[in-house]
Amino acid sequence: MKLAYWMYAGPAHIGTLRIASSFQNVHAIMHAPLGDDYFNVMRSMLEREKDFTPVTASIVDRNVLARGSQERVVDNIVRKDGEEHPDLILLTPTCTSSILQEDLANFVERAQIDAKGDVMLADVNHYRFNELQAADRTLAQIVKFYVEKAQKKGELPTEKTAKPSVNIIGLTTLGFHNQHDCTELKRLMADLGIEVNAIIPQGAKVNNLKNLVKAWFNLVPYREIGLGTANYLFEQHNMPFVDISPMGVIETARCIRQIQKVLNAQGAEVNYESYLEEQTLHLSGAVWFSRSIDCQNLTGKKAVVFGDNTHAAAMTKILAKEMGIHVVLAGTYCKYDGDWFRAQVEDYCDRVLISDDNGEIGDQIAQLEPAAIFGTQMERHVGKRLNIPCGVIAAPIHIQNFTLGYKPFLGYEGTNQIADLVYNSFTLGMEDHLLEIFGGHDTKEVIHKGISADSDLTWSKEAQAELNKVPGFVRGKVKRNTEKFARDRSLTEITLEVMYAAKEAIGA
Amino acid sequence: MTLAKETSNLDFSCETGNYHTFCPISCVAWLYQKIEDSFFLVIGTKTCGYFLQNAMGVMIFAEPRYAMAELEEGDISAQLHDYEELKRLCTQIKRDRNPSVIVWIGTCTTEIIKMDLEGLAPKLESDIGIPIVVARANGLDYAFTQGEDTVLAAMANKCPDKAPTTEKEERNAIHKLLNFGRKEEQIEAEEASYKDHPPLVLFGSLPDPVVTNLTLELKKQGIKVSGWLPSKRYTELPVIEKDYYVCGVNPFLSRTATTLMRRRQCKLIGAPFPIGPDGTRAWIEKICSVFKIEPQGLEEREAKIWSSLEDYLELLRGKSVFFMGDNLLEISLARFLIRCGMTCPEIGIPYMDKRYQKAELDFLEQTCQEMGVPLPKIVEKPDNYAQIQRIKELQPDLVITGMAHANPLEARNISTKWSVEFTFAQIHGFTNARDILELATRPLRRNQRLDSLPLMPTNW
Repeated sequence: MKLAYWMYAGPAHIGTLRIASSFQNVHAIMHAPLGDDYFNVMRSMLEREKDFTPVTASIVDRNVLARGSQERVVDNIVRKDGEEHPDLILLTPTCTSSILQEDLANFVERAQIDAKGDVMLADVNHYRFNELQAADRTLAQIVKFYVEKAQKKGELPTEKTAKPSVNIIGLTTLGFHNQHDCTELKRLMADLGIEVNAIIPQGAKVNNLKNLVKAWFNLVPYREIGLGTANYLFEQHNMPFVDISPMGVIETARCIRQIQKVLNAQGAEVNYESYLEEQTLHLSGAVWFSRSIDCQNLTGKKAVVFGDNTHAAAMTKILAKEMGIHVVLAGTYCKYDGDWFRAQVEDYCDRVLISDDNGEIGDQIAQLEPAAIFGTQMERHVGKRLNIPCGVIAAPIHIQNFTLGYKPFLGYEGTNQIADLVYNSFTLGMEDHLLEIFGGHDTKEVIHKGISADSDLTWSKEAQAELNKVPGFVRGKVKRNTEKFARDRSLTEITLEVMYAAKEAIGA
Repeated sequence: MTLAKETSNLDFSCETGNYHTFCPISCVAWLYQKIEDSFFLVIGTKTCGYFLQNAMGVMIFAEPRYAMAELEEGDISAQLHDYEELKRLCTQIKRDRNPSVIVWIGTCTTEIIKMDLEGLAPKLESDIGIPIVVARANGLDYAFTQGEDTVLAAMANKCPDKAPTTEKEERNAIHKLLNFGRKEEQIEAEEASYKDHPPLVLFGSLPDPVVTNLTLELKKQGIKVSGWLPSKRYTELPVIEKDYYVCGVNPFLSRTATTLMRRRQCKLIGAPFPIGPDGTRAWIEKICSVFKIEPQGLEEREAKIWSSLEDYLELLRGKSVFFMGDNLLEISLARFLIRCGMTCPEIGIPYMDKRYQKAELDFLEQTCQEMGVPLPKIVEKPDNYAQIQRIKELQPDLVITGMAHANPLEARNISTKWSVEFTFAQIHGFTNARDILELATRPLRRNQRLDSLPLMPTNW
């Protein structure tokens, strides 16, 4: 048992659902008790999704506990198959079904007899994997299923595309800025003259997955999701892959050079050097920013970085190598992949922290007192408490991180966005600091508006106590309105009754 | 539709139970705030924790007095000793927070692995010297607000059955608050203003301002509220003796009511709930009638509230509202909105206790008759998919629903209001009627203001 207030990565089924709902026309059925379909709320709220989230629960209740799911799961699968005609129904286990040990594989087999679409059981154990690992596994599982299915039917394409082409693997729903990264990566590929053969899972159709093998190589932009699939395609179908996240100027260049190598090995004869030079020196604002006086002022400033492997590692390198910032601590909550993280950032920070205990991270930040934090929403709140600015660079995230405007983190536009994020975090901190040094804003006295400032009314103790319970940001308004109400009626004392009467009369 | 036949009886049906609602463990979010000296420990998995942290949004960052006891594989396979593990965690909580009570929330997982929380609690309680209350608020058995019901039912058993005489006044937090800073003789004079009636204890967790408000409403009728379950602090739980009268303020408290009747041998006053001015008046009248008190000035009071709501009523009259059902407030809210002039084709509800809600159901029927509208269909354990088909068919003016369906429905130009807001907003008593309508009319007011914007291209 572990005492936990907060967690960075969600439970396994969230990962599976993220994959399922990223595909088109795939439906997930969770074997779960009432209330476990919270995923639908998150997707609908955070992504502002217009469509119903294709996730239903096959409810586990008392009866299921006593007698097993029996026909229920099978019925639910067959029913959904008839209602929505999905290409694939993915039966998703949860923590509850993990311990019930029902034979879900058998349910899938039985449902497959009647269902027109494919039915599959997500192979993830709640107690062994977290959200990210589960997403990676589920994606690989689905790709393997459809590639093998095509292979059995002899429908697997044997030719590569005529021009160099790529599959971009790992873009998902509820992923941090994934939608914008997707657009940016497509633009980058177009600039490099590389056809995008497929993007999975976001927006893909499972029946097209067999065509993955036509691409010349696979690009896995995020460390957490997609490597399982890339590895499978490499081992079984001899497809090379590039797993360098094109985040930051240096890493983007490294990624592009790796792509060049992979393509040339297949006889493409491409040279991206002039493109790299053009982009970094003339088009992207980030390199010039690093040379400018603005950025010079950031030299040696202390920062703490914390997030998932991809974003925390990339940010650490950007801050240290591209902006001369002193990263006092770089950390990840991807404990299962901690060695990779350590190897990536060891040379660019004072300390590496691999932990998913937010208390520990908060304590470290408090002790190190950095000038800025780059972390998740949790670190943003730590920053608020300690008065340290924070730029959010990784999930878990709130709705404000699902921006309507274009904000990729990857590619060249990504470098611009990151430069803005870093610079704004630090200058805000500086501004605050300067205000304090010079004694704050010039008008220290709060200017009282309205009539409550020169109040001729007395508040009874109970009414005063009640007023104090009103949240601070509306208290002034409630006070003013109540006093106006009392004055209009020539009352001199404000009692509880007067307060309620005022509320009833004018909504004070 | 034959109206005469329809109005003779409410139509109840039950669907598949494939609907979206919050897990009942969400009750910790408002109960830890209500009971100031408590600590809630949810004994469950990452799934529970993930739900809580996302559903509670920013609250999670405010050093909440709740935490997960996250079960690991060793706990599931019984390689670790439940008692020792819980003792370690609770000792840590005692050290860090020093609460007056620790509430264990049992979850689906503790049910399935049959962790004997009720058995472990008394032993641990005496070992660490803090009371432990066990509530099994799990998704196998309950929906959303029923979580509070399981906690309050457990707390009902912890209420003292006889107050130590010296402490009696001190225990009663509400009166302490109302009497704040007054002299003894003033208090005595006030005591005299109450009519002579048997002790009344109200149950249901409400924000303190609403508690004060409802207590004062009853005081106007000369009725004294002897205590409230729950109170602001665990150490101030009300005395409950045999033959005390009890009355619920929320429709989802049937287990608590049962516990108070059977275990504590109280008399339950079955009344409509004080939601909306009609409900509040009916609630007070019912309590008065049980105590044989002639209610004073209620009719005028209700009429005055209604007239102050006129601007909102104008927006609602003749419009239809569809409840998908997720928090058990549905019957009371529908009854109020029908009184406001709306029609209601369907009330979805997770669970319908026809005995505990009898007065409210009768009141709903009566309201429909008086307003001349057909009775709604009451759908227990609804099927959200089937409901969406019906919504598509009916095109209601307003759908009260969970967040999972709100944006997709709005994208189909169906106006929605997020049902959970009714759980957290102050909706009880005369004073808060406006707040309910503020919520219910918001999408309609939004529609008016966005008049010049194009609608979404519909795509059902």
